[in-house]
Amino acid sequence: MILVADLNFKKDSLGFYEFVSPIVAIVEELGECVVRHYLEVKQEDLSNCSKIILSGTALKDNVTLNQTDKFEWIKDCGKPILGICAGMQTLGVVFGARLEKCLEIGMVQVTTLMANPLFSSSFKAYALHNYSIQPSLEFDVLADSAKCVQAIKHKHKDIYGVLFHPEVRNKEIIQRFIRAL
Amino acid sequence: MRIGVLFSGGKDSTLALHKAAEKEEVACLITLVSKNKESFMFHTPNIDVTTLQAEALGLPLVQKVTEGKPEEEVKDLEEAIAQAVKAYKIEGVVSGAVESVYQSERIQRVCSRLGVWCFNPLWKRNQKALLEEIVAKGFKVIISGVFAYPLDSIWLGKEVNTELIGKLLRLEKEFGLSPSGEGGEIETTVLDAPLFKKKIEILDYEVDAKGNSGVFRIKQARLTAK
Repeated sequence: MILVADLNFKKDSLGFYEFVSPIVAIVEELGECVVRHYLEVKQEDLSNCSKIILSGTALKDNVTLNQTDKFEWIKDCGKPILGICAGMQTLGVVFGARLEKCLEIGMVQVTTLMANPLFSSSFKAYALHNYSIQPSLEFDVLADSAKCVQAIKHKHKDIYGVLFHPEVRNKEIIQRFIRAL
Repeated sequence: MRIGVLFSGGKDSTLALHKAAEKEEVACLITLVSKNKESFMFHTPNIDVTTLQAEALGLPLVQKVTEGKPEEEVKDLEEAIAQAVKAYKIEGVVSGAVESVYQSERIQRVCSRLGVWCFNPLWKRNQKALLEEIVAKGFKVIISGVFAYPLDSIWLGKEVNTELIGKLLRLEKEFGLSPSGEGGEIETTVLDAPLFKKKIEILDYEVDAKGNSGVFRIKQARLTAK
Protein backbone atom coordinates (compact mmCIF):
# COMPACT_ATOMS: atom_id res chain seq x y z
CA MET A 1 0.00 0.00 0.00
CA ILE A 2 1.41 3.36 -1.09
CA LEU A 3 0.26 6.46 0.79
CA VAL A 4 -0.04 9.53 -1.44
CA ALA A 5 -0.17 12.69 0.67
CA ASP A 6 -2.05 15.54 -1.01
CA LEU A 7 -0.13 18.75 -0.24
CA ASN A 8 -2.60 21.11 -1.90
CA PHE A 9 -3.73 24.15 0.11
CA LYS A 10 -7.01 22.54 1.07
CA LYS A 11 -8.68 19.15 0.95
CA ASP A 12 -10.54 18.35 -2.28
CA SER A 13 -9.02 21.37 -4.02
CA LEU A 14 -8.97 22.24 -7.70
CA GLY A 15 -5.25 21.36 -7.64
CA PHE A 16 -6.01 17.72 -6.76
CA TYR A 17 -6.70 16.68 -10.36
CA GLU A 18 -3.42 18.08 -11.60
CA PHE A 19 -0.99 17.28 -8.81
CA VAL A 20 -2.39 14.18 -7.10
CA SER A 21 -4.48 12.24 -9.64
CA PRO A 22 -1.59 11.69 -12.12
CA ILE A 23 0.56 10.23 -9.30
CA VAL A 24 -2.30 8.00 -8.17
CA ALA A 25 -2.75 6.74 -11.75
CA ILE A 26 0.92 5.69 -11.92
CA VAL A 27 0.85 4.07 -8.47
CA GLU A 28 -2.35 2.15 -9.21
CA GLU A 29 -0.75 0.54 -12.25
CA LEU A 30 1.56 -1.24 -9.81
CA GLY A 31 -0.50 -1.76 -6.69
CA GLU A 32 -2.78 -0.35 -4.04
CA CYS A 33 -2.88 3.29 -3.14
CA VAL A 34 -4.48 5.40 -0.43
CA VAL A 35 -4.75 9.20 -0.61
CA ARG A 36 -4.85 11.53 2.38
CA HIS A 37 -4.76 15.29 2.58
CA TYR A 38 -1.67 16.24 4.56
CA LEU A 39 -3.75 17.61 7.42
CA GLU A 40 -5.47 14.24 7.75
CA VAL A 41 -2.51 11.85 7.73
CA LYS A 42 -2.94 9.61 10.77
CA GLN A 43 -0.50 7.31 12.55
CA GLU A 44 -2.61 4.43 11.28
CA ASP A 45 -2.01 5.53 7.66
CA LEU A 46 1.73 5.66 8.29
CA SER A 47 1.72 2.21 9.88
CA ASN A 48 -0.36 0.61 7.13
CA CYS A 49 1.61 1.89 4.13
CA SER A 50 4.88 0.58 2.71
CA LYS A 51 5.96 3.86 1.08
CA ILE A 52 4.87 7.48 0.98
CA ILE A 53 4.71 10.01 -1.85
CA LEU A 54 4.25 13.72 -1.09
CA SER A 55 2.51 15.48 -3.99
CA GLY A 56 3.33 18.79 -5.59
CA THR A 57 1.01 21.79 -5.65
CA ALA A 58 0.03 24.70 -7.88
CA LEU A 59 2.77 27.25 -8.52
CA LYS A 60 1.23 29.80 -6.16
CA ASP A 61 0.52 27.24 -3.45
CA ASN A 62 3.28 27.36 -0.83
CA VAL A 63 1.01 26.68 2.15
CA THR A 64 2.85 23.61 3.46
CA LEU A 65 6.11 25.57 3.70
CA ASN A 66 4.56 27.49 6.60
CA GLN A 67 3.11 24.34 8.15
CA THR A 68 6.13 22.07 8.38
CA ASP A 69 5.13 21.22 11.96
CA LYS A 70 2.40 19.07 10.35
CA PHE A 71 5.13 16.93 8.77
CA GLU A 72 7.26 16.04 11.79
CA TRP A 73 6.28 12.40 11.18
CA ILE A 74 8.61 12.39 8.16
CA LYS A 75 11.60 12.25 10.52
CA ASP A 76 10.77 9.02 12.28
CA CYS A 77 8.05 7.13 10.35
CA GLY A 78 10.72 4.76 9.01
CA LYS A 79 9.10 4.41 5.56
CA PRO A 80 10.67 5.29 2.20
CA ILE A 81 9.42 8.73 1.14
CA LEU A 82 9.46 10.52 -2.22
CA GLY A 83 8.65 14.23 -2.10
CA ILE A 84 7.69 15.84 -5.41
CA CYS A 85 8.18 19.61 -5.91
CA ALA A 86 6.37 21.15 -2.90
CA GLY A 87 6.83 17.70 -1.36
CA MET A 88 10.61 17.98 -1.72
CA GLN A 89 10.63 21.58 -0.50
CA THR A 90 8.52 20.64 2.53
CA LEU A 91 10.49 17.58 3.59
CA GLY A 92 13.72 19.53 3.03
CA VAL A 93 12.55 22.32 5.33
CA VAL A 94 11.47 19.75 7.95
CA PHE A 95 15.14 18.72 8.06
CA GLY A 96 16.42 22.30 8.17
CA ALA A 97 16.86 23.16 4.46
CA ARG A 98 17.02 26.77 3.34
CA LEU A 99 14.51 27.85 0.68
CA GLU A 100 15.94 29.66 -2.33
CA LYS A 101 13.99 31.58 -4.94
CA CYS A 102 14.22 29.67 -8.23
CA LEU A 103 11.50 30.01 -10.85
CA GLU A 104 11.43 27.28 -13.49
CA ILE A 105 8.43 26.52 -15.70
CA GLY A 106 8.53 23.90 -18.46
CA MET A 107 11.06 21.32 -19.57
CA VAL A 108 14.49 21.64 -17.93
CA GLN A 109 17.70 19.65 -18.33
CA VAL A 110 18.44 17.69 -15.17
CA THR A 111 21.97 16.39 -14.54
CA THR A 112 22.59 13.48 -12.20
CA LEU A 113 25.41 14.21 -9.75
CA MET A 114 25.31 11.05 -7.64
CA ALA A 115 24.37 7.47 -8.50
CA ASN A 116 20.98 6.48 -7.11
CA PRO A 117 18.20 3.92 -7.77
CA LEU A 118 15.71 6.38 -9.28
CA PHE A 119 17.47 7.99 -12.27
CA SER A 120 20.81 8.39 -14.00
CA SER A 121 22.71 10.52 -16.53
CA SER A 122 21.13 13.67 -17.97
CA PHE A 123 17.46 13.94 -18.85
CA LYS A 124 14.67 16.42 -19.48
CA ALA A 125 11.95 16.86 -16.90
CA TYR A 126 8.91 19.10 -16.36
CA ALA A 127 9.49 21.84 -13.78
CA LEU A 128 6.92 24.08 -12.10
CA HIS A 129 8.27 25.82 -9.03
CA ASN A 130 9.05 29.17 -7.45
CA TYR A 131 11.60 27.80 -4.98
CA SER A 132 14.36 25.28 -4.69
CA ILE A 133 16.24 24.40 -1.52
CA GLN A 134 19.73 24.21 -0.14
CA PRO A 135 19.36 21.01 1.88
CA SER A 136 20.82 20.47 5.33
CA LEU A 137 24.02 18.46 5.75
CA GLU A 138 21.94 15.33 6.38
CA PHE A 139 21.16 15.23 2.64
CA ASP A 140 23.09 14.54 -0.55
CA VAL A 141 22.28 16.46 -3.71
CA LEU A 142 21.50 13.84 -6.36
CA ALA A 143 20.83 16.14 -9.32
CA ASP A 144 20.68 19.75 -10.40
CA SER A 145 19.64 21.94 -13.34
CA ALA A 146 21.39 25.04 -14.66
CA LYS A 147 19.55 27.04 -12.00
CA CYS A 148 19.10 24.97 -8.86
CA VAL A 149 19.06 21.71 -6.88
CA GLN A 150 16.66 19.23 -8.51
CA ALA A 151 16.90 16.10 -6.37
CA ILE A 152 18.04 15.14 -2.87
CA LYS A 153 18.39 12.06 -0.67
CA HIS A 154 18.78 11.73 3.05
CA LYS A 155 22.22 10.29 3.82
CA HIS A 156 20.92 7.53 6.12
CA LYS A 157 17.21 7.10 5.30
CA ASP A 158 15.27 6.26 2.13
CA ILE A 159 13.92 9.81 1.93
CA TYR A 160 14.09 11.29 -1.56
CA GLY A 161 12.99 14.58 -3.05
CA VAL A 162 12.66 15.65 -6.67
CA LEU A 163 11.87 19.24 -7.52
CA PHE A 164 10.67 18.44 -11.05
CA HIS A 165 7.39 16.59 -11.68
CA PRO A 166 8.20 12.98 -12.68
CA GLU A 167 4.50 12.24 -13.17
CA VAL A 168 4.50 14.44 -16.29
CA ARG A 169 7.32 13.08 -18.47
CA ASN A 170 9.40 10.76 -16.25
CA LYS A 171 6.91 8.37 -14.69
CA GLU A 172 9.56 5.62 -14.56
CA ILE A 173 11.08 7.49 -11.60
CA ILE A 174 7.91 6.96 -9.57
CA GLN A 175 7.74 3.34 -10.77
CA ARG A 176 11.35 2.74 -9.64
CA PHE A 177 10.61 4.32 -6.26
CA ILE A 178 7.73 1.88 -5.85
CA ARG A 179 9.55 -1.18 -7.18
CA ALA A 180 13.19 -0.71 -6.27
CA LEU A 181 13.29 0.52 -2.69
CA MET B 1 -11.53 31.76 -5.42
CA ARG B 2 -12.81 33.57 -8.51
CA ILE B 3 -11.78 31.73 -11.67
CA GLY B 4 -11.50 32.65 -15.34
CA VAL B 5 -11.68 29.65 -17.66
CA LEU B 6 -9.67 29.63 -20.89
CA PHE B 7 -12.46 28.60 -23.19
CA SER B 8 -12.39 27.39 -26.78
CA GLY B 9 -15.88 25.89 -26.78
CA GLY B 10 -14.51 22.37 -27.28
CA LYS B 11 -14.91 19.36 -25.01
CA ASP B 12 -11.72 19.84 -22.96
CA SER B 13 -12.18 23.45 -21.93
CA THR B 14 -15.89 22.83 -21.27
CA LEU B 15 -15.14 19.83 -19.05
CA ALA B 16 -12.41 21.85 -17.28
CA LEU B 17 -15.03 24.57 -16.69
CA HIS B 18 -17.38 22.03 -15.09
CA LYS B 19 -14.61 20.75 -12.81
CA ALA B 20 -13.67 24.30 -11.83
CA ALA B 21 -17.30 25.12 -11.05
CA GLU B 22 -17.49 22.12 -8.69
CA LYS B 23 -14.66 23.55 -6.56
CA GLU B 24 -14.53 27.32 -7.03
CA GLU B 25 -16.53 30.25 -8.39
CA VAL B 26 -16.27 30.63 -12.16
CA ALA B 27 -16.46 34.37 -12.84
CA CYS B 28 -15.85 34.54 -16.61
CA LEU B 29 -14.70 32.79 -19.74
CA ILE B 30 -11.61 33.92 -21.66
CA THR B 31 -11.38 33.21 -25.38
CA LEU B 32 -8.58 33.91 -27.83
CA VAL B 33 -9.81 34.10 -31.41
CA SER B 34 -6.83 33.13 -33.53
CA LYS B 35 -6.53 34.12 -37.17
CA ASN B 36 -3.81 31.53 -37.65
CA LYS B 37 -5.17 28.10 -38.61
CA GLU B 38 -1.83 26.51 -37.65
CA SER B 39 -1.71 27.94 -34.11
CA PHE B 40 -0.68 25.33 -31.50
CA MET B 41 -2.23 27.43 -28.77
CA PHE B 42 -5.70 28.58 -29.71
CA HIS B 43 -7.08 27.66 -33.10
CA THR B 44 -10.39 25.86 -33.30
CA PRO B 45 -12.95 25.85 -36.14
CA ASN B 46 -16.02 27.25 -34.38
CA ILE B 47 -14.45 29.78 -32.04
CA ASP B 48 -17.23 32.28 -32.85
CA VAL B 49 -19.73 29.93 -31.21
CA THR B 50 -18.12 30.75 -27.81
CA THR B 51 -20.33 33.86 -27.72
CA LEU B 52 -23.46 31.68 -27.77
CA GLN B 53 -21.93 29.16 -25.37
CA ALA B 54 -21.12 31.94 -22.88
CA GLU B 55 -24.70 33.13 -23.12
CA ALA B 56 -25.94 29.55 -22.60
CA LEU B 57 -23.73 29.31 -19.51
CA GLY B 58 -24.77 32.73 -18.24
CA LEU B 59 -21.12 33.79 -17.96
CA PRO B 60 -19.40 36.92 -19.24
CA LEU B 61 -16.89 36.35 -22.04
CA VAL B 62 -13.57 38.13 -22.40
CA GLN B 63 -12.75 37.72 -26.06
CA LYS B 64 -9.53 38.83 -27.75
CA VAL B 65 -8.48 38.48 -31.38
CA THR B 66 -4.90 37.34 -31.99
CA GLU B 67 -2.93 37.07 -35.21
CA GLY B 68 -1.77 33.74 -33.84
CA LYS B 69 1.94 34.25 -34.39
CA PRO B 70 4.01 32.02 -32.08
CA GLU B 71 4.85 33.78 -28.80
CA GLU B 72 3.02 36.98 -29.83
CA GLU B 73 -0.21 35.09 -29.23
CA VAL B 74 1.04 34.41 -25.69
CA LYS B 75 1.28 38.17 -25.15
CA ASP B 76 -2.30 38.45 -26.40
CA LEU B 77 -3.30 35.75 -23.91
CA GLU B 78 -1.59 37.71 -21.14
CA GLU B 79 -3.53 40.83 -22.11
CA ALA B 80 -6.82 38.91 -22.14
CA ILE B 81 -6.18 37.39 -18.70
CA ALA B 82 -5.09 40.79 -17.35
CA GLN B 83 -8.35 42.22 -18.69
CA ALA B 84 -10.30 39.45 -16.90
CA VAL B 85 -8.39 40.13 -13.67
CA LYS B 86 -9.36 43.79 -13.89
CA ALA B 87 -12.96 43.36 -15.04
CA TYR B 88 -14.02 40.27 -13.10
CA LYS B 89 -11.50 40.21 -10.22
CA ILE B 90 -10.38 36.68 -11.05
CA GLU B 91 -7.66 35.21 -8.86
CA GLY B 92 -7.05 32.07 -10.88
CA VAL B 93 -7.15 30.65 -14.40
CA VAL B 94 -8.26 27.19 -15.49
CA SER B 95 -7.25 25.57 -18.77
CA GLY B 96 -8.28 22.33 -20.46
CA ALA B 97 -4.68 21.26 -21.15
CA VAL B 98 -4.33 17.47 -21.03
CA GLU B 99 -0.90 16.53 -22.38
CA SER B 100 0.56 19.55 -24.12
CA VAL B 101 3.55 20.90 -22.22
CA TYR B 102 3.85 23.51 -25.00
CA GLN B 103 0.45 24.98 -24.08
CA SER B 104 0.54 24.48 -20.34
CA GLU B 105 4.00 25.96 -19.75
CA ARG B 106 3.03 29.10 -21.65
CA ILE B 107 -0.18 29.48 -19.68
CA GLN B 108 1.68 28.84 -16.42
CA ARG B 109 4.26 31.53 -17.27
CA VAL B 110 1.56 34.07 -18.10
CA CYS B 111 -0.26 33.33 -14.83
CA SER B 112 3.01 33.55 -12.90
CA ARG B 113 3.77 36.97 -14.42
CA LEU B 114 0.26 38.19 -13.56
CA GLY B 115 0.35 36.70 -10.07
CA VAL B 116 -2.76 34.54 -10.54
CA TRP B 117 -3.27 30.86 -9.77
CA CYS B 118 -3.24 28.36 -12.64
CA PHE B 119 -5.07 25.03 -12.63
CA ASN B 120 -5.25 22.31 -15.27
CA PRO B 121 -7.87 19.88 -13.98
CA LEU B 122 -7.59 17.52 -16.97
CA TRP B 123 -3.79 17.33 -16.80
CA LYS B 124 -2.45 13.84 -17.69
CA ARG B 125 -5.98 12.48 -17.78
CA ASN B 126 -6.49 9.14 -19.50
CA GLN B 127 -8.05 10.00 -22.88
CA LYS B 128 -10.56 7.15 -22.92
CA ALA B 129 -11.72 8.06 -19.41
CA LEU B 130 -11.98 11.71 -20.42
CA LEU B 131 -14.21 10.89 -23.42
CA GLU B 132 -16.33 8.55 -21.32
CA GLU B 133 -16.80 11.21 -18.63
CA ILE B 134 -18.06 13.66 -21.25
CA VAL B 135 -20.68 11.17 -22.43
CA ALA B 136 -21.59 10.10 -18.87
CA LYS B 137 -22.11 13.71 -17.82
CA GLY B 138 -24.52 14.27 -20.70
CA PHE B 139 -22.42 16.62 -22.83
CA LYS B 140 -23.57 16.98 -26.42
CA VAL B 141 -20.36 17.30 -28.41
CA ILE B 142 -19.83 17.16 -32.16
CA ILE B 143 -16.67 16.66 -34.15
CA SER B 144 -15.99 19.98 -35.83
CA GLY B 145 -12.53 19.35 -37.24
CA VAL B 146 -10.48 16.39 -38.45
CA PHE B 147 -6.82 16.75 -39.31
CA ALA B 148 -5.24 13.29 -39.52
CA TYR B 149 -5.35 10.00 -41.38
CA PRO B 150 -7.60 8.01 -41.48
CA LEU B 151 -10.20 10.58 -40.38
CA ASP B 152 -12.19 12.22 -43.15
CA SER B 153 -15.34 14.24 -43.85
CA ILE B 154 -17.61 11.37 -42.73
CA TRP B 155 -16.60 12.14 -39.12
CA LEU B 156 -17.53 15.82 -39.30
CA GLY B 157 -20.67 16.78 -37.39
CA LYS B 158 -20.89 13.35 -35.72
CA GLU B 159 -21.86 13.34 -32.06
CA VAL B 160 -19.38 11.99 -29.53
CA ASN B 161 -21.15 8.98 -27.99
CA THR B 162 -20.19 5.52 -26.78
CA GLU B 163 -20.21 4.07 -30.28
CA LEU B 164 -17.99 6.83 -31.66
CA ILE B 165 -15.57 6.49 -28.73
CA GLY B 166 -15.30 2.79 -29.57
CA LYS B 167 -14.39 3.66 -33.16
CA LEU B 168 -11.79 6.19 -32.02
CA LEU B 169 -10.22 3.64 -29.68
CA ARG B 170 -9.96 1.16 -32.54
CA LEU B 171 -8.19 3.82 -34.62
CA GLU B 172 -5.83 4.39 -31.70
CA LYS B 173 -4.86 0.71 -31.74
CA GLU B 174 -4.57 0.52 -35.50
CA PHE B 175 -3.03 3.86 -36.41
CA GLY B 176 -1.80 5.38 -33.13
CA LEU B 177 -4.42 8.11 -33.36
CA SER B 178 -4.94 10.06 -30.14
CA PRO B 179 -8.61 9.27 -29.37
CA SER B 180 -9.36 12.62 -27.78
CA GLY B 181 -7.36 14.55 -30.37
CA GLU B 182 -4.44 15.48 -28.13
CA GLY B 183 -2.16 15.76 -31.14
CA GLY B 184 -4.56 18.10 -32.89
CA GLU B 185 -6.15 15.26 -34.87
CA ILE B 186 -9.68 16.19 -33.82
CA GLU B 187 -11.46 19.40 -32.81
CA THR B 188 -14.84 19.43 -31.12
CA THR B 189 -17.66 21.86 -30.39
CA VAL B 190 -19.94 21.56 -27.36
CA LEU B 191 -23.64 22.14 -28.04
CA ASP B 192 -24.93 21.27 -24.59
CA ALA B 193 -23.55 20.44 -21.15
CA PRO B 194 -24.91 20.24 -17.59
CA LEU B 195 -24.10 23.88 -16.82
CA PHE B 196 -25.68 25.16 -20.03
CA LYS B 197 -29.00 26.81 -19.19
CA LYS B 198 -29.97 26.54 -22.85
CA LYS B 199 -28.66 24.32 -25.63
CA ILE B 200 -27.28 25.31 -29.00
CA GLU B 201 -29.25 24.46 -32.12
CA ILE B 202 -27.38 24.54 -35.41
CA LEU B 203 -29.41 26.26 -38.13
CA ASP B 204 -26.86 26.32 -40.93
CA TYR B 205 -23.41 24.84 -41.44
CA GLU B 206 -20.90 24.00 -44.12
CA VAL B 207 -18.42 21.18 -44.45
CA ASP B 208 -15.08 22.16 -45.88
CA ALA B 209 -13.01 19.01 -46.29
CA LYS B 210 -10.31 17.54 -48.46
CA GLY B 211 -8.79 14.12 -47.87
CA ASN B 212 -7.97 13.72 -44.21
CA SER B 213 -8.47 17.33 -43.29
CA GLY B 214 -11.73 19.17 -42.85
CA VAL B 215 -13.93 21.35 -40.71
CA PHE B 216 -17.61 21.44 -39.82
CA ARG B 217 -18.23 25.17 -39.71
CA ILE B 218 -21.33 26.42 -37.90
CA LYS B 219 -22.65 29.35 -39.94
CA GLN B 220 -25.79 30.05 -37.97
CA ALA B 221 -27.00 28.83 -34.60
CA ARG B 222 -29.34 29.82 -31.80
CA LEU B 223 -30.09 28.98 -28.20
CA THR B 224 -33.15 26.88 -27.48
CA ALA B 225 -34.79 25.65 -24.29
CA LYS B 226 -33.49 22.38 -22.82
